[in-house]
Amino acid sequence: MTNSARRPTPDELLRQVQADEWSEHRGRLKVFLGYASGVGKSFRMLDEGRRRKERGEDVVVGALQPRTDSELEPLLQKMEVVPLRYSEEVAAMDVAAVLRRRPHVCLVDALAHNNPPGSANRSRWQDVRQVLDAGIDVITSVNVQYIEELRERVEGITGKHVEQTVPKSFLFGADEISLVDAPAGTTLSRTQEAARPDGDDFARGLSELREIALLLAADVVDHQLETYLQRNGVSASLGAQERILVCVTPRANARTMIESGRRNADRFHGELVVAYVRQPELSADDQVLLDRNLAIAREVGAEIQILEGEEPIGTILQFARNRGVTQIFVGHSLEQKWWQRWTGSHVDRLVRGAKGMDVRIFPH
Amino acid sequence: MGESSERGKLKVFLGYAAGVGKTYQMLQEAQKLKLQGRDIVIGYFEPHARKDTIAQTEGLEAIPRRQVEYRGTRFEEMDTVAILVRRPEVCVVDEFPHTNVPGSERDKRWQDVQVLLDAGINVLTTMNIQHLESLNDQVSQISGIRVRETVPDWVMQQADEVVMVDVPPPALVNRLLRGVVYPPDKAKKALEHFFKEPTLVALRELALRQTAHEVESRQLDGEYNGQPQRETNGQKSSERILVYVSSEPSSVMAIRRAKRVADYLHADCLAVAIHREPEMNGLQVAEMEAIERHLNFARNLHVEARLLQGSDAAKTLVEFAHVNGVTQLFVARPAEERLRSVFSRNIVQQVVRFAPDLQVTIVADRART
Repeated sequence: MTNSARRPTPDELLRQVQADEWSEHRGRLKVFLGYASGVGKSFRMLDEGRRRKERGEDVVVGALQPRTDSELEPLLQKMEVVPLRYSEEVAAMDVAAVLRRRPHVCLVDALAHNNPPGSANRSRWQDVRQVLDAGIDVITSVNVQYIEELRERVEGITGKHVEQTVPKSFLFGADEISLVDAPAGTTLSRTQEAARPDGDDFARGLSELREIALLLAADVVDHQLETYLQRNGVSASLGAQERILVCVTPRANARTMIESGRRNADRFHGELVVAYVRQPELSADDQVLLDRNLAIAREVGAEIQILEGEEPIGTILQFARNRGVTQIFVGHSLEQKWWQRWTGSHVDRLVRGAKGMDVRIFPH
Repeated sequence: MGESSERGKLKVFLGYAAGVGKTYQMLQEAQKLKLQGRDIVIGYFEPHARKDTIAQTEGLEAIPRRQVEYRGTRFEEMDTVAILVRRPEVCVVDEFPHTNVPGSERDKRWQDVQVLLDAGINVLTTMNIQHLESLNDQVSQISGIRVRETVPDWVMQQADEVVMVDVPPPALVNRLLRGVVYPPDKAKKALEHFFKEPTLVALRELALRQTAHEVESRQLDGEYNGQPQRETNGQKSSERILVYVSSEPSSVMAIRRAKRVADYLHADCLAVAIHREPEMNGLQVAEMEAIERHLNFARNLHVEARLLQGSDAAKTLVEFAHVNGVTQLFVARPAEERLRSVFSRNIVQQVVRFAPDLQVTIVADRART
């Protein structure tokens, strides 16, 4: 870890103070994330509730889907349950009753559940926010299939339309997330699927959903890491997430560089940033070339950064360190000018400064 | 299961630190399999004096460990022969990356597991992400610790299933404080060193991403009974990566990184070292030994490695690259004192001049600075 002090901007400080004030009274949110029903999210949630209760915490069950799952029965018997309220035969968590009961910890199953019409909150995750605001800790479970931003992809896999969703931002706001990865049907005991006529497709779909859930959890964790590092004023390259920085100039072989960057970022499920350090007195021709290069970056969905700085290499390195970049892609002109040989080429200085990062050179 | 091969199935429970519950979850699965009537034994189990985990072994048959004496001390290792004789359907083997006591038939426990799998025995095993070979430098960058016991990536790729055992770092730290993971003095040390929050969070992220990658590559390989591969990127990529190996210790980092990038791009990975003189004594003996060691390191990672002969290293390298359809070259970052001339005088610049069609990556030194 290369540590260097990084001063937070005033905006970041303000946000941090506000967040700290808020989180002081707010309950802690813990989410069990699974990729399908039956992986054991609810079990893990209840089991944690039981353990906390045994350690002397005041725990209640705020909402649990009615089910025939026998594995949960022994756990449930040990817990106090706040009954659901019903409206037109649709169940909802009784938020008012939970707030009156005021436990230390409240367990809430099926975070994406929609409340019956006429409820104060449309969806259960909004109920949870209300409970958290009252200073009660919440342990909840959600299936990745119900994340709003992933809905389209998931529907493409399952072929099932999903009505109930939770926004991704809600997960990013969680204090803790725990991935429940235990496969429902494992390689050694694939009994349920084997019995299904569409067994292979089913297994394949599950595997794709698993991948989505793992990557979502990784993104949430990455966000936590960034927040932690920012709070502590550390800019560190921990390299858990691949971040590729493509440095473009007007005359760089930009298409090859950016497309290669895109392919790498995709395969690593990482981030792609295309940066240009503004140069004074750019000729009209070069401006056209630059615009074309940035258009390619936009085309492939890269994040574009126009950097300002006296000295291009230092500016790039500073940016790369702050962002935790792991790979820098840079063009290299084969026509070296005499002064470049004299001062050492740009690439040379970039490599020297890019400790902890790979530098990939694209000749042109 | 209808496969033509009789090889056993391997399932890896992957975690990011001691105490996340890998062994516990593995034993839970073992109990479930036993309930289903499978013939299952414990081949090796490390109790670490953890009550809840030990309780999970109840009712499971354990194969007694083999006693090994080394320099006057008695050690216990898995008794692979006894397991082969007992021939169970499933065998539980804790701590996959473990190094056997010198004098054992095989150096590593994962090699013992290969023998069990070859004999058609299914294996459940546990490991932490920091033991994966290709992540060794990144792990060192994150944690400041150089992990010595590693498992090559291809071994993990052969696993039929990789499952992430996840627990949020605060809960893990809590377990440590409660003395569940280690005895008090060891727990205190661990909290001061390895179990620092950013380290745990970063390792956890690595483990999640690696598991996602394992899941994805099994879809791409069409593991699901010959299903058509995922349309987008099922075919092998047109990339070919060549890593240049020298006697410099940093060659090892270049090999790891090149192999990792190649695996992610579904590209081939080759390694070459270049020997200037036709006679073996042309190089210093120590240098030659270092090169041989690095080439063998590459071979152990299933990178095809060769020693070429040529008076001009850059020229030989480029010729080889062109003949073999290489698209990317990986080289190690030179030692700090030689860095002044990384580009202006060394092989990188010459290569770039000879082969403007090659992308050249100078691999980071990820060791903590």
